[in-house]
Amino acid sequence: MSFIKSLRCKECGAQYPVEPRTVCDNDFGPVEVEFDYEAMRGKVTRQSIESGPRSLWRYRDLLPIDGEPRAGLRSGFTPLIKADRLARELGVKELYIKDDSANYPTFSYKDRVVAVALTKAIEFNFDTVGCASTGNLAHSVAAHAAAAGIRAFVMIPHDLEEGKIIGSLVFGPRMVKIRGNYDDVNRLCSQIADKYNWAIVNVNLRPFYTEGAKTHGFEIAEQLGWQLPQHTVVPVAGGTLLPKVYKAYREFITLGLVEDNKPRFYAAQAAGCNPVSQAIEQGTNLFKPQKPNTIAKSIAIGNPADGYYVINLVNESQGYSASAQDQEILDAVKLLAQTEGIFTEPAGGTTLACAIKLIESGRIPRDESICVCITGNGLKTVEVMQGQFAKAPVINAKMTEFDQIVEQIAETPPQTTQPPVKA
Amino acid sequence: MADNITVLIPTALRPQVDNQDTVSVAGGSVRDVLGSLAGKYPDLGKRLFTANGEQEINRFINVYVNDEDIRFLENLDTAVKPGDELSIVPAIAGG
Repeated sequence: MSFIKSLRCKECGAQYPVEPRTVCDNDFGPVEVEFDYEAMRGKVTRQSIESGPRSLWRYRDLLPIDGEPRAGLRSGFTPLIKADRLARELGVKELYIKDDSANYPTFSYKDRVVAVALTKAIEFNFDTVGCASTGNLAHSVAAHAAAAGIRAFVMIPHDLEEGKIIGSLVFGPRMVKIRGNYDDVNRLCSQIADKYNWAIVNVNLRPFYTEGAKTHGFEIAEQLGWQLPQHTVVPVAGGTLLPKVYKAYREFITLGLVEDNKPRFYAAQAAGCNPVSQAIEQGTNLFKPQKPNTIAKSIAIGNPADGYYVINLVNESQGYSASAQDQEILDAVKLLAQTEGIFTEPAGGTTLACAIKLIESGRIPRDESICVCITGNGLKTVEVMQGQFAKAPVINAKMTEFDQIVEQIAETPPQTTQPPVKA
Repeated sequence: MADNITVLIPTALRPQVDNQDTVSVAGGSVRDVLGSLAGKYPDLGKRLFTANGEQEINRFINVYVNDEDIRFLENLDTAVKPGDELSIVPAIAGG
């Protein structure tokens, strides 16, 4: 059964039936799916969830679908890693990595939102789906559409990393590269959705798409043994994820599945695209759009649609924000890889680098539980790491040459992790 | 003055402008153009601007002159000239 009540404008409260919808007609505010939590009481329990599939669909009662899941049947339920080696390196007591670099099938958090959006696209009988994307969303839309046998159009900025382009093209979508940055792509897609009767997942399916992001938060809570981390650090691009992780925690609190420990939220952005962090640091909730200039292209959104909500929720939860420079991002990618064996893309490096800054500045206490949300996979953006490592030696297949290398290594002090982090 | 600026209207606002997808109006600045649009179509004006008179654009609406967001230009004071195209676009989710 479905617990959906209606779509509701987050600003004026206007209600709409469950239908493809971009924004509220009255004030252009985002519309959100409203659920009947009263009806869920006693039905949506820890046991009911635990008996579900090992995918994000174990939370289907809290997702806006009417029938059976039709896409992404194996998406979600990614590892929550207790990152003890990284914790020791950073001098903190309890650190977790929610690792969506291992999401299925396209290795980013976007497989969550697309699983829900594609299911809705099928429920609404669309024959074409599309998206505006910085890369990861395009991968996920293209892959899920291929698996569902639906036509896909993906629109991306013209200058994405090669891995991000091939990673979409392989699934056979119609790809259009737009001259300009993501915000230009976004604007065009808004107009495309106006003109063509397609399901653009982050435009006219946005109310459903964004609900899928909650599953990242549900999993953190469940995998932590039905409790919430005290501090959650989330990357901010368009601003979908942070408010939805917040909503996920609130829903579990409302349903009595976890205790309310007043979780705090922290926004992580690249210094080269940080409208939200800047607004939080300046104490305003009106951000100023920016022209992005960062290696963290997957989160390079200068005009975040949900930035306003991110700022409000971060402040309301008494969290904060940080911004990371390009080199700090790369160093954090290496640190995560060399302490925990997780290779994330620059967006993940940004999130970890910002977490480190928030710990060092005392914003996040060292003795409380911290969760860092890693949303994408480093193998898609290998070129950004070029020049970051010493060249591997090339030898002939002779034991003596290999012995020489081992001797050289013995002479140099062991290289643990970098960068050195002050405790 | 001739109605020399073309304004592209998104679907969500078309009911307020007799279902047209573009409207031509006169004006030398974005403020002028949106102001005369609001004068002609008061229901549209209510949605375009915050309650604070016609001083502030609703935060969920982005306005572009040709291809540039007016917040990178002079905001409402951005000058427009005959032949310019002004687009009103709702903010949408990220990707």
